[in-house]
Amino acid sequence: MVDAYLRQSPLAHLHLAARATTSNALPDAGVVLAEIPYLSQFVLRGNADNQAFTAGIKKALKLPLPISPCTSSVDKTGHSHILWMGPDEWLIVGPSDDQAHINSSISTAFRNQHFSLVNVSESRTLIRLSGTQAQNLLEKGCSIDLHPSAFSPGSVVNTHLSHAHITLHRLNSIQQPTYDLYVHRSFAEYLWSWLEDAAREYGLDNRSK
Amino acid sequence: MLLIPCPWCGERDEPEFHHGGEAHIKRPLEPDQSTDEEWAEYIFMRTNPKGVFLERWVHQSGCRRWFNLARNTATNEIIGAYKMGEKPPISTIANKQKTATVSNKKPKGVK
Repeated sequence: MVDAYLRQSPLAHLHLAARATTSNALPDAGVVLAEIPYLSQFVLRGNADNQAFTAGIKKALKLPLPISPCTSSVDKTGHSHILWMGPDEWLIVGPSDDQAHINSSISTAFRNQHFSLVNVSESRTLIRLSGTQAQNLLEKGCSIDLHPSAFSPGSVVNTHLSHAHITLHRLNSIQQPTYDLYVHRSFAEYLWSWLEDAAREYGLDNRSK
Repeated sequence: MLLIPCPWCGERDEPEFHHGGEAHIKRPLEPDQSTDEEWAEYIFMRTNPKGVFLERWVHQSGCRRWFNLARNTATNEIIGAYKMGEKPPISTIANKQKTATVSNKKPKGVK
């Protein structure tokens, strides 16, 4: 775990929070972008066919393990997720102060079992994309079918957005579609610049905090 | 561009994948006893058919899993994907080859 005072978002040098607009400053903007840095992220590996493993995760995190490909689960607060990354691999995401809790609750639950939990909180940052034109914006650089019938709320895919590798997660939001883009830190500036440029025609609202 | 059916993620664009060469290459069971010829056969020699080819792919930018694919190297037609350790879809391949031979026949009257 990195000491809190040393943590720096890969987009820190862009001073997004200082450039952010206040709410309702740009009511016509078709795209709303926000960086959400410092999330707790863990890669979990284990055997999905093992009942003790899946039940143990559910008990430890109060979240079911998504077994079907390209799905996710979310807790009641809406802040913690488990994303399906592969048939035996998941990404656990939680608020920034959740690292110790996630680590200890899983490690305690599976003391004598075969599993792997790796803290990857520093590897990616999160860009949250919403607005009426969010889907159109993504379709400029992503080959996934994003129509709600194919990419419903809760869906998650690993794919490319304008050649950069991203994990794309559609949130369970009742209002307009909201997408979470997890991007590796060395690609974060490139992707943010690409998003800013691609969103120009729709009007861009930056709500980074 | 190929549209490749990943056994887990479904159909995705080719740039998400990497090609891993011919599938079902068996490593010599007793490496200590193998001759240079047998090693060379294992390491270097590959079939290069015009037609159905069984090959390995990895879904590098997706679920990062290796799988096998049956693809026609002449037409790029993808016959099917199957997971590592599974048997190739031989009956489907045989059917495809049959139809391919029929369609290759010259129409009547053509010399």
